[in-house]
Amino acid sequence: MRRTTNRLMRGLAVLSVLALGATACGGSDDDGSGSKPVSAGDVQAALKKGGSVTVWAWEPTLKTVAADFQKKYPKVKINLVAERSGDKHYTALSNAISAEKGVPDVAQVEYFALGQYALTKGLSDLAPYGADKLKSKYTAGPWNAVTQGSDKVYGLPMDSGPMALYYNKKVFDKFKIAVPTTWDEYLDAARKLHKADPKVYIANDAGDAGLTTSLLWQAGSRPYKVDGTNVKVDFSDAGAKKYTDVWQKLIDEKLVAPINGWTDDWYKGLGDGTLATLPSGAWMPANFVTGVPNAAGDWRAAPMPAWTKGDKASAENGGSSLTLPALGKNKELAYAFVEYANSGAGVQSRVKEGAFPATNAELQADSFLNTEFKYFGGQKANKIFADSAANVADDWSYLPFQQYANSIFNDTVGKAYVGNTKLTDGLKSWQDASVKYGKEQGFTVE
Amino acid sequence: MSGTSSSATSASPSASAPATGRTASTAKSVPRLRKRREHSAGRPKRSVLLTVLTGLILVYTVVPLLWLVISATKTQEGLADSSGLWFADDFALWSNIHDTFTYHDGIFVRWLLNTLLYVGLGAGGATFLAILGGYALAKFDFPGKRGVFAVVIGAVAVPGTALAVPTFLMFSKMGLTDTPWAVIIPSLVSPFGLYLMWVFATEAIPVELLEAARIDGAGEARTFFKVALPLLAPGIVTVLLFTTVATWNNYFLPLIMLKDPDWYPLTLGLDAWNNQAQTIGGDVIFNLVITGSLLTIVPLIAAFLLLQKYWQSGLAAGSVKE
Repeated sequence: MRRTTNRLMRGLAVLSVLALGATACGGSDDDGSGSKPVSAGDVQAALKKGGSVTVWAWEPTLKTVAADFQKKYPKVKINLVAERSGDKHYTALSNAISAEKGVPDVAQVEYFALGQYALTKGLSDLAPYGADKLKSKYTAGPWNAVTQGSDKVYGLPMDSGPMALYYNKKVFDKFKIAVPTTWDEYLDAARKLHKADPKVYIANDAGDAGLTTSLLWQAGSRPYKVDGTNVKVDFSDAGAKKYTDVWQKLIDEKLVAPINGWTDDWYKGLGDGTLATLPSGAWMPANFVTGVPNAAGDWRAAPMPAWTKGDKASAENGGSSLTLPALGKNKELAYAFVEYANSGAGVQSRVKEGAFPATNAELQADSFLNTEFKYFGGQKANKIFADSAANVADDWSYLPFQQYANSIFNDTVGKAYVGNTKLTDGLKSWQDASVKYGKEQGFTVE
Repeated sequence: MSGTSSSATSASPSASAPATGRTASTAKSVPRLRKRREHSAGRPKRSVLLTVLTGLILVYTVVPLLWLVISATKTQEGLADSSGLWFADDFALWSNIHDTFTYHDGIFVRWLLNTLLYVGLGAGGATFLAILGGYALAKFDFPGKRGVFAVVIGAVAVPGTALAVPTFLMFSKMGLTDTPWAVIIPSLVSPFGLYLMWVFATEAIPVELLEAARIDGAGEARTFFKVALPLLAPGIVTVLLFTTVATWNNYFLPLIMLKDPDWYPLTLGLDAWNNQAQTIGGDVIFNLVITGSLLTIVPLIAAFLLLQKYWQSGLAAGSVKE
């Protein structure tokens, strides 16, 4: 049933994308926000006048931020709609945009999906509001993601997901295996673990576009090159080879558990020691606390294994921004809220509640770096995450139709996990399918 | 959603019920044939294969339910630590139920009331329209009746899911999305209910009875309410059950129509809770999702058990004709 629903959602996502394209052609060009800069005075006047702002965002810490914001500006009402995430959120957003009705004033959009909305003119450019002057506040990866390589700013980074390797210390101690520092050692550890106890896997992976793109990013691969509507997709560079070499072995030797992330099986595996590591974003601790309460004290964080010994390169996994949909209303108020939440006082209260910031000031604060994670046995894990954030290469870009590309990941690359297809061939067919789709959408694709 | 499909499969025997009914009655009326007698309802022939198959199907249908009931007694920790088909050390059913009703300021209660509203107006309205339409189609002649038949049969074949997106765009133009009407109005249309009512009314209401009522001077409305409606009762219950199950389990239509969680039905609400586990920083509450699911199916099970009597007679009624 879940599969059918997913497929339906996928179909719907595609439909919405098409509809989105149609509205873009229909000409929402008359949106004037790009031309005239909005002064700080305009925003202040709007705050004084008051009004309501509808926010579609699932980030849980925004509840506190919205309450604080309303306390500070009593005439403003923040209407936080917060029950959906992922595909369903985007489906609703795309539907609203294509129907030109019920578009929220502020929408949470993950970095990988930003390009799609920005390119179809679904989002307002925030530079005229002064967002372009905030660059120095943010770490390179997230800022690069919201600017999409031009002078336009399509959102303010809300959080970031510099990667780390979470590992179950209890399991590693039990089998006396060293925590891997390179991906070759990782492969080695995977073999040893699985040999010592066939029920134990080094990690789960049943084909996850987010993880694959993040690992490619870390390995130095740059499969996507985007310049306006000119797009290049190529999974054959040296970085991609590094990734496929190791991961093909993990798959061939059945060392990764065929479990999808975020399912109950996954939470269970993280809890009972059958999944020994998890390469993931720095936002993961909060999910460990609520989702894997029974393994408190077992887990630790470590830097990501390097593809070449001594290399410190890291990558981002996940993370999202707050954006202003072009068809939203109360633009000044909406921007004031976004700035407050993602760059102003809201950031600190969000960090306090466990969010992982994208702002340099918070990332470098002593109180942040010295936070002891009770769940990780008192480890000061933020030091590892902050290091990782500093080592993220900022020249990565996602496709302007990444949402679609990710939706076909399991039909292409996913075959490598279930059949005799090689990972390289899977990536090749992902590339071909992405190119084909891109051309159909009117991009110039190589 | 699974409920909808199961109701559809359980519905198909109902359409063929008249045929089997007739065979049974012929068998009874010819008692001299010995061979027939052995197969009659009194002493059914045992078949090992059928028994095994039925057993397998029983296990297949009961195990998930058992899993649901057992899992509802566990805390989030217990769910991860224990096997799915046996109890964990902690018995947390009562606290789970309490938490389900109080989590997030008791939004579950609101979702329950929404569902009742959608079922009451949607399924109730659909049944009412099906009765009116079915009766009219069965007992009145008018030009284009064959065309109506074709449309209805065609409509039965179109899954509601396929119409959801066009319906969304239409409702959006009318400014009705994100309101309860967006869920209620499409639920009012039940081609299958109409078809069932039509077939049922054809069989269950003798034309002579209607003619007698007319001769006695009753108007059409009075004939309908006083004479036809009581005869239709078993059929009404059947259609009401089907539309209730379909509306109660409806997921896709509210999913695309509604954005405001305050208007969610239970299906969407539980899905939203389940989604929290897939959200960065989200609160993982599988125990509440499971307990909530159990609480959600209890009213449906109760409705089936209570109305079973009517429902069964409904399926058979009209099949045996003197």
